[in-house]
Amino acid sequence: MSQLGPVFVDGVIYSAWLFIAAVGLTLVYGVMKILNVTHGSFYALGAYAGASLTGAWLAKGYAPMLSYAVLFGGAVLVALVVAPVIERGLLRFMYAKDEVVILLVTYALFLILEDVIKLVWGVNPYFVAEPYALLGSFEVGGLKYPTYNLILVGLALALAGGLAWVLRATRVGKLLLAVIHDPEMSRALGVNVDRFYLVTFTLGCFLAALGGSFTAPTVSVVPGLGVDVIVLSFAVVVIGGLGSLPGAALGAVIVGLVRSASVHYLPQVELFVIYSVMALVLAFRPRGLFGLAEPRKI
Amino acid sequence: MKPDHTPAILATILAAVVVGGLALPQWALFILTIAWAQGLVVLGLSLLIRAGLVSFGQALFYCIGAYTAGGLARAFGIGDIFVQMVAGTVAAALVAFVLGFLLARYRGIFFGLLSLALSMIFYGLIVKSEALGSTDGFNLLPSALFGIRPAAAWVRYAVAVAATCAALGAALLVHRYLKTPLGQLAPAIKDNEIRVEYMGASVRYAIHVNYVIAAALAGAGGALTATTVGHIDPEMSYWTTSGEFVFIAILAGSGSVVAPFLGALIFGVIRTYAFEQSPYTWQMSMGIALLLAIVFLPDSLWSLFRRRKGA
Repeated sequence: MSQLGPVFVDGVIYSAWLFIAAVGLTLVYGVMKILNVTHGSFYALGAYAGASLTGAWLAKGYAPMLSYAVLFGGAVLVALVVAPVIERGLLRFMYAKDEVVILLVTYALFLILEDVIKLVWGVNPYFVAEPYALLGSFEVGGLKYPTYNLILVGLALALAGGLAWVLRATRVGKLLLAVIHDPEMSRALGVNVDRFYLVTFTLGCFLAALGGSFTAPTVSVVPGLGVDVIVLSFAVVVIGGLGSLPGAALGAVIVGLVRSASVHYLPQVELFVIYSVMALVLAFRPRGLFGLAEPRKI
Repeated sequence: MKPDHTPAILATILAAVVVGGLALPQWALFILTIAWAQGLVVLGLSLLIRAGLVSFGQALFYCIGAYTAGGLARAFGIGDIFVQMVAGTVAAALVAFVLGFLLARYRGIFFGLLSLALSMIFYGLIVKSEALGSTDGFNLLPSALFGIRPAAAWVRYAVAVAATCAALGAALLVHRYLKTPLGQLAPAIKDNEIRVEYMGASVRYAIHVNYVIAAALAGAGGALTATTVGHIDPEMSYWTTSGEFVFIAILAGSGSVVAPFLGALIFGVIRTYAFEQSPYTWQMSMGIALLLAIVFLPDSLWSLFRRRKGA
């Protein structure tokens, strides 16, 4: 089984990418109970911002090593500019409505943002391969991997660690847990719940944009980039349990390894396998592997 | 007792299509037929929505219906629109009967997500199957009616009339079904299903039945789309297709069996004009329309008619 090494390495890289792309979705759902379809739009926005900013940076002849910071900055920029407008301008008026209605609102926003992206960046593809090639490559089992992938893995680990630390060990994190548990009671005790919603939504969208901008160097950035990411993130997050941070990590690892194994051994079933895992988990543990059951209310 | 106008409304629509269709250009007949096909799917979806269940995977049955019709045409050379629609309906209903045992246990967002996963599984399957044309799909023969293949100039008209008969027939059946005790259970399930169980009714059974009917209607719609467009591809099972159906269902509301068809027709017209006016921003127009509908018409388009009657 000489393929086992590459299967594992591919799986880990893909898991890291999935985690970065999907963790924002579980964060937003956990705090706000919004299944955010615009997550895919932010992924695409991040990819476009990352690609065009890095392209401009390199064209000016600035230090190529700093292009990673530019990718990061692109994601920050997109999230800070677009997410607050959506949350303050529209979503906050919808919180009283049904979960499914809010989902439809974000779906409508997704349709709008798809075309906004086309209006801003046009329909031609963008390429910025330099950050991908810059670090050289390493070898596993006779296959070469760009070292850039290690940045993805590092980024995913840093995000997971950072989020867990903020939630468990800081004052803000503890307040956030209180808001998740009971928004009304938190409000009564003087927590600024609106601000938590705004910050969480922006942070969630930033994470999606980050996923997009760090993917930009590895693909050609074209319209419709975000559409696939939405269902894929849904699958990852649902497998782990909606709103659960360790769940998102576990979901990413499961989907990553399963996909990598199927690509290596049986490429015909790639998509089929991912969504079968999702359906199987839903069939046996509807609230996901880390989800908690909710009592039925009379 | 309130007089029931629905059969009269349906008959009027049929008469209008049969007579008015003669004067309509080919493209308008095409839009009309597609709207009826989507209306069938949305009619089924609205049965589930009445029970508080929003399926984000109705495209699964739409696609099964379409590929059943396509398979009949390809393997046996059957182009008869009614045979295709019946086959699509039966295939979708059978699949839904099996899946229903699982899905009838789910509520809220989990029902939506599981149905989404199932439609994506089907998408994943046909995208990779070369025998079915992978991502390209394949073409169908021109439609025939009762074994007669109409002349090219008349195909659109004949298909539109046949589609209208099928769609309105289905609407009438659903209208009857909604008056049965089982059909009237759905809003009660949405309000409080534990009380429904205390009354002695089985919630799971009611949801299962609604789910199968919804799937059957989606299968019919898929087969109708396949024969009208003359081409099918895996996109029909993708989540964006399901999103469109939910979009129309929300736009139309579940106030009447006529509403889904009206909603689908309005959707088709908006999309055609948005696409013609601004090919790059038609999605934006659709998104804005959906937002406006959610914000200003929380009780759907149909509430416009009802309010006027009440006033």
